[in-house]
Amino acid sequence: MCRIGAIKSRDYIHPSWALRLMRSQQKGHDNSGFAMVMQDLGGVFENYKKYPVLSMACTEEGMKTAEDILYSMGFSRIGQWNPEIRPADNLNIEPMPIYVFQFFHYPKSMRNASQAEKEQLLVDARITLRRALEANGEGYVYSFWPDTLTLKEIGDPTDIGTYFNLWEESKDFTARIITAQCRQNTNYDIVRYAAHPFFLQGYTVLANGENTFYEKNKHFQKSLHKGYIGFESDSQCFLYTLHYIHRELGWPLKYYKHTVTPLPFEEIERHPERDVLLRIRSSLAHLEINGPNTLIGVLPDGQMFTCCDSKKLRPVVVGRNEDMVVISSEVNGINEILPDRDWKQDIYPHARETVIINNELEVNQWQQCV
Amino acid sequence: MAAMRVNALARDDMQWRITYNHERCTLCGHCLSSCPFRAIEAGVEKRRKVISDHLTPKPKVLFQTVPVIRQVLDHHEACRGCGCCEKVCPNEAIAPRLNLETRLPIKHRGTTADGYKRGGRSNLNPMGNTLDKITIGRISQMTDPSLDAQRHTFDMLAPLGRVLPPESLPLRISETGSLGITESLPPLNWMYPIIIGDMSIGALSTRMWEALAIATAYLNEEVGLPVRMCTGEGGIPGRLLRSHYVRYMILQIASGHFGWNRIVNSMPDMQDDPAGILIKIGQGAKPGDGGMLQAKKVARHIQEIRGVPKADLLSPPNHQGLYSIEESVQKMFLSFNSAFKFRVPVAIKVAASTTSVSVYNNLLRDPYNIVGGFFLDGIQGGTGAAQDISLDHTGHPIVSKLRDCYLAAVHQGKQGQIPLWAGGGMAQGWNLAADAFKMISLGANGVFTGKLMLQLAGCVGLDNGKCNACNTGLCPAGICSQNPVLVKRLDIDKVAENIVNYFIATDQELKKLMAPIGNSSLPVGRSDALISTDRAVADKLTISYAC
Ligand code: SF4
Ligand code: SF4
Repeated sequence: MCRIGAIKSRDYIHPSWALRLMRSQQKGHDNSGFAMVMQDLGGVFENYKKYPVLSMACTEEGMKTAEDILYSMGFSRIGQWNPEIRPADNLNIEPMPIYVFQFFHYPKSMRNASQAEKEQLLVDARITLRRALEANGEGYVYSFWPDTLTLKEIGDPTDIGTYFNLWEESKDFTARIITAQCRQNTNYDIVRYAAHPFFLQGYTVLANGENTFYEKNKHFQKSLHKGYIGFESDSQCFLYTLHYIHRELGWPLKYYKHTVTPLPFEEIERHPERDVLLRIRSSLAHLEINGPNTLIGVLPDGQMFTCCDSKKLRPVVVGRNEDMVVISSEVNGINEILPDRDWKQDIYPHARETVIINNELEVNQWQQCV
Repeated sequence: MAAMRVNALARDDMQWRITYNHERCTLCGHCLSSCPFRAIEAGVEKRRKVISDHLTPKPKVLFQTVPVIRQVLDHHEACRGCGCCEKVCPNEAIAPRLNLETRLPIKHRGTTADGYKRGGRSNLNPMGNTLDKITIGRISQMTDPSLDAQRHTFDMLAPLGRVLPPESLPLRISETGSLGITESLPPLNWMYPIIIGDMSIGALSTRMWEALAIATAYLNEEVGLPVRMCTGEGGIPGRLLRSHYVRYMILQIASGHFGWNRIVNSMPDMQDDPAGILIKIGQGAKPGDGGMLQAKKVARHIQEIRGVPKADLLSPPNHQGLYSIEESVQKMFLSFNSAFKFRVPVAIKVAASTTSVSVYNNLLRDPYNIVGGFFLDGIQGGTGAAQDISLDHTGHPIVSKLRDCYLAAVHQGKQGQIPLWAGGGMAQGWNLAADAFKMISLGANGVFTGKLMLQLAGCVGLDNGKCNACNTGLCPAGICSQNPVLVKRLDIDKVAENIVNYFIATDQELKKLMAPIGNSSLPVGRSDALISTDRAVADKLTISYAC
């Protein structure tokens, strides 16, 4: 079963925190990989918050292919950060030759473009890069977005940490939001893209669960947005629905929950929003999720949330202190990194509940039913 | 010696042969009075018997005239194999047996210069029963646990009405951060995913129709299953229209517009809206053929409801003024919608055909967003009378056509926008829950079924030409006859009870199928849950092949 975790912190923290959070839950996963998305970046990235960061793992040829494409689109590189690779023979890891974390200037023609146009361009660029690299097996493009960095790797999380020197805290490589998972997908062969967290246009989602409505979700999502691609994992659907509800339709976050786990008809009938909920249920029937799930999501403005399937079949717990809120599949993860917190304040979200952490680290609980 | 009449009807020409055991017959006459078709008659036979009443053999020949029951040899009074005589015979003296050597179909045509007419459904099933070649192969087990069918709550409602794409919903975010509806929306009703299919009050006996209506009301009000019933063409009694029970009814309009006057006239007095309007363009069992209610079934109350004389009532196969799909939408939907002030969903029913996907595609693009449902009826459906040739040789199986329509909608990204309902041969293998589940997984929002209701009422008819006399007005079970004597054979309460019980059982069984795949709500389009051991079926339906 997947173990997932997320940290939102007042100060910048190093990914070793996320590694420790996940490693303590090691018994619950199969050590087949480690993946993380860092948002609201610090360290060497802090002064480049406006600029899109390309996160990619590739071969030499892939690197060249990607550079050619980006230059032809008008992007120009302004900087890069290279992880301090520490290869060793005994490490259980299947690394790619090159890991790219580069900052870019938008094309000159886009300098005065609206935010929406820039965001569209970034999606287009990422899809183009992905398709090009995929064609010849030259690499994987995880994200191309300002203030965001993605790393996905196959192997033992401890060894991956060693390989990228992630165990050693450093002030250069930090973020205020880090979401992580220790495990590769099990549904099919290992596919690097299939590891959570999934990211699209500022939205991040990771899940511990199964999506038994994968097929109908996928069929529907494919025609909704060109960014809804891949579908290497049934959990990718959760991200696309979040993106669709919150960004494309512009609905408040609570309607994400109303879409993926709608209230039973009997309860809708009693609900003050009855009419709206019935319409959502009909128009978005194909975005429902059935199956046991816990989701953690991050919105573009940095808010973080978690919610579960309608029966709460998978665990999740939220722990916090003054400076940090941690969401984790198991409480031992939180114990590891926040041993001195007041554990009586831990929250075990209910089936119909969404727990939202805002940028002041205030925790709000919202109930789907009345 | 009598002239040899080679072309005369012989016993061996009949589709059903009466086997009669003189020794067992007590001549009670029950069989004669039970046979509505007058396919058997009382007659006499001369018997030769050799006896000896001496101590030593002294044979003598006795000739005796004995009364017997025998089969009538006639095209119109041919035995239908309904088995009623067998049922009532206290001594097992008489029974119909299927005669594989029958030539009745050609004799009938050769003699009467007319097509053979009958009721029921297709007697040929060259494609086999597709749904029985599919099983539910994806069972949740380890990490996606199956549900407990007994204790879990399942959400089993299907929509009828136009479903708008989410981006077209007229919603606005209020100051409190909630969505509010800003304009009126196309009507949308939620109901049980199995509808009692359209069988008209003319085709069925009043008592049968009443039993269906009672069962529907009981299911809704006592059992809590929101099952809807489609009235079929030809109107419904005014009293029902003015009662609150009309909310469980989907009113049907067909090309003849029979009964529509009565509905329109009742509107000012109606205290509730019907569940929907269904415009019938075509029927699965005889596509391209209109309804046919023969004069003998046009009883007085039918004349009253429809405002017609006692004459053959033939609905034209086509709707007047239906020049194109666009026009059908414009004219019929707008007028029927406006009749009920846009409060009642209006759906359309067509016979499955190679062209039905084009029709569905076209409707999905309907600019008025007014088509509230697409009912697809397959070849195996049908209750009313028709030409044998239409029943057996025209039409399209429903399963792949439903799938084609669903996938066409997926291709356009419009799945679910016009709810898909499919029927025609549901529960041929007697299991409605399994068939409904499979159809829903293939993309249907729900199914409708008619023939099964007749079986539950005691219809003795079956495929292979057993009974199928629904057109004659002589239904031995009193289901589709207006003959007062025959109609009395039907026990309304028992029929309603059977139907209610069957639905309760079906509901449990549906849950028993949803639980193992781990679904709380209807698995519309979850074809990944299905497998077929038939390669061709798997390929055609794009589901997994397994062996
Ligand atoms: S089987 Fe039916 S139709 Fe035939 S003789 Fe008996 S009662 Fe009449
Ligand atoms: S019993 Fe009645 S309904 Fe059934 S096939 Fe015979 S005539 Fe038709």
